[in-house]
Amino acid sequence: MTEEIREPLLRISKRDTIARGKAYLIRASALVLALILSGLIIFGITKLNPVSVYAAMYKGAFGTSTRAWITIRDTMMLLCIGIGLAPAFKMRFWNIGAEGQILAGGIATAACMIYFNNLPTPLLLIVMAIAAIVAGGIWGLVPAFFKARFGTNETLFTLMMNYIAIQLTSYCVSLWENPFGSNSVGIINPKTFAGWFPKIFGQQYALNVIIVLALAVLMFVYMRYTKHGYEISVVGESENTAKYAGIKVGKVVMRTMAISGAICGIAGFIAVSGASHTISTSTAGGRGFTAIIIAWLAKFNTFIMIAVALLLVFLEKGAAQIASQFNLNNYASQMIIGIILFFLIGCEFFINYKVTFHKSSKKEDAS
Amino acid sequence: MQEKVAAVQMRDITKRFGAVTANDKAWLDIYRGEILALLGENGSGKTTLMNMLAGIYYPDEGQIFVDGHEVSIRTPKDAFDFGIGMIHQHFKLVDVLTAAENIVLGLKGKGKLDMKAVSAKVHEICDLYGFEVDPEQKIYDMSVSQKQTVEIIKVLYRGADILILDEPTAVLTPQETDKLFAVLHNMKKDGKAVVIITHKLHEVEDISDRVAVLRKGQFVGDMITKQTTPEEMTNMMVGHAVSLNINRPEPKNVEPRLKVRNLTVRDIEGIIKLDGVSFEARSGEILGIAGISGCGQKELLEAIAGLQKVEKGEITYLAQGGEAESLIGKSPREISDLGVALSFVPEDRLGMGLVANMDLTDNMMLRSFRRGKGLFTDRKSPHILAEKVVDELDVNTPGVDIPVRRLSGGNVQKVLVGREIASSPSVLMTAYAVRGLDINSSYTIYDLINKQKDKGVAVIYVGEDLDVLLELCDRILVLCSGKVSGIVDGKGASKREVGLMMTKLGGES
Repeated sequence: MTEEIREPLLRISKRDTIARGKAYLIRASALVLALILSGLIIFGITKLNPVSVYAAMYKGAFGTSTRAWITIRDTMMLLCIGIGLAPAFKMRFWNIGAEGQILAGGIATAACMIYFNNLPTPLLLIVMAIAAIVAGGIWGLVPAFFKARFGTNETLFTLMMNYIAIQLTSYCVSLWENPFGSNSVGIINPKTFAGWFPKIFGQQYALNVIIVLALAVLMFVYMRYTKHGYEISVVGESENTAKYAGIKVGKVVMRTMAISGAICGIAGFIAVSGASHTISTSTAGGRGFTAIIIAWLAKFNTFIMIAVALLLVFLEKGAAQIASQFNLNNYASQMIIGIILFFLIGCEFFINYKVTFHKSSKKEDAS
Repeated sequence: MQEKVAAVQMRDITKRFGAVTANDKAWLDIYRGEILALLGENGSGKTTLMNMLAGIYYPDEGQIFVDGHEVSIRTPKDAFDFGIGMIHQHFKLVDVLTAAENIVLGLKGKGKLDMKAVSAKVHEICDLYGFEVDPEQKIYDMSVSQKQTVEIIKVLYRGADILILDEPTAVLTPQETDKLFAVLHNMKKDGKAVVIITHKLHEVEDISDRVAVLRKGQFVGDMITKQTTPEEMTNMMVGHAVSLNINRPEPKNVEPRLKVRNLTVRDIEGIIKLDGVSFEARSGEILGIAGISGCGQKELLEAIAGLQKVEKGEITYLAQGGEAESLIGKSPREISDLGVALSFVPEDRLGMGLVANMDLTDNMMLRSFRRGKGLFTDRKSPHILAEKVVDELDVNTPGVDIPVRRLSGGNVQKVLVGREIASSPSVLMTAYAVRGLDINSSYTIYDLINKQKDKGVAVIYVGEDLDVLLELCDRILVLCSGKVSGIVDGKGASKREVGLMMTKLGGES
């Protein structure tokens, strides 16, 4: 008989479970492979020593204590937004309106700083925080209300709320313009520091860290151990099951989105009061979208989000550093970020699926 | 009998999914001009074995021969090249396309697509085997049975002469099943090989020439249908002797528990689903509900459970002491807050009764999560309950922290029923409680239901298998297009009588 029995070269099957250690091993090797590949490309194109390029990246993110604190500050910012998005996405509510919710919180914060600048700082901070929470919460609640009531599409709705927030910010910027004609708000209360985050242990950004880490713990507990958290999971998995169990789906959707928006509002509060001390249309700066990646990559686990957020900020700072240090343009550094993210996200495939190569040597005994 | 060459021979086929071995050195022979019934419990590897013939899975070990030649079936296209076509349990059709468009979908052709020629060929196939289908009809306008017909024509159009049908009758009415069987007979006469996977033994006896039995992924044996009995087949499937009688203990302490009067329900599109339905469910009694699928069974149960808006009518719960509570307009939560212990095993197990991606413990929590202290859920008692259900109902699972989607159909149902009866209900409603379950699991469920009846629960059992309804239920309410066609005693009624009432109001022909 001459016919050939050809087996498929490789077979892909879904894994049942994977040991946690093995999953992390796959992720770690993906990172190493990504670094090797980027190194080869860096060397191939620029003839630079990849090791010194990576060293420069590290220097860019953690080289000095100021840089390290800025890296931490930006990590906390992304983390905070990611924490806000986590319950919404867990509920399968596609909240891509974090940008708007951050700006809403930011505007509220800035308004308080400008109009109540004679309040004592602790009281002012509390007023600002409450205002930001309410503003962000409303920005999250509006699309949720329409979704719960009329079944509108939340993706489009939250996206459009972003544009409203941006226009509103533009309006406020021209309202609060300082100095006149600069088309910016400038640093708010530069002399009195009213409404600025106070230094703690001499550190300017310590309060940012404390607030965000506290939120991370609270959100972790909220999603995993509370009745609300359970309701969010059930609604996210199946609305029919939720109704069957007597869960009021609309109520859960609105409540969760109010919380999601409120936390993004807090991110706006931190951005204005704890970092830039000003407000502009770029206060959110696309971080509301980046944070979506963080929430999903961490599978909504707020502790894993810390690592993911740190990685993204590290890459961003490092890329900026190599761009300036080696006179490369921005594209080179963005390529490295792209390669690393591609490997990290792509390796999830190998965590979910098993690939087996066929064992050959079967043909010989077939005839 | 002369020596025939098998159309398909499967030898020592092994297929593993992770730690689970679905098929373990399984053998199977399929002959042309013969209808082979493939029997086995849930999870015995019938569907997996057939999927390997259809090119969906690739075996880890073993050989497949088609007409005596060893072959390698890597894709469904390979399978079609060998003349093998499979009709899956879940149809794979595009709703917005017509039957003919679905039939040619994915086929390679030269030049312009000639839909007229396609329709003509479809008509030709229909005439040959006795199908009734309109090639120009859109899929979304079709009944389940028509969709199935399209699936069968689809594989015939591709020239398949070895047909595999995975539980084709699970979704059909008795009349539709008869039609399907007539078609299968014609195919057999035409020299095609037909494999039918089913759980229903009387169908095996009706249609098949030979029976092959799988147990735990292994081939146990095959025999000529005429020379075997349901008892023998069941014993081979299960591995030990099983009694095939359903008990019907005499109802005790019968008193009205749930009164439904003039219930009318419309669906979202405004179509009347229930029209003036009145009946009474009594404690210690099983009330069966029979009807062609989609005749308002789902709406009836969901209206009682508070999941369906009611246009008019009354649903009254009568507590043991005699107090009456109206359930109309109340949500499931308000109903349970009233102290009405209403348990509901819905038709859509993983889409409504359970959360597929959650583990057993979390699924137990679905009914009890509000009982935790303050803001927090109580995980301990659901965990204990999950272990109890696994233990008492003999659920086959590696543990209680496994997502329920990974359990087989019978075990999923045991988890759901276990949770629902754990709250000691006074009314238990089940919809198609044994659909897709094998004989052993089905009898476990009948037993559980009978135990509830014995405890004085008013059971409402929506079923599709008339034989079971007639054996299990004390009274049977027959629905016909949303109206009550009649209520008969389970003991005296005949299958013919109930069947007629299902198709015609009142049952007079």
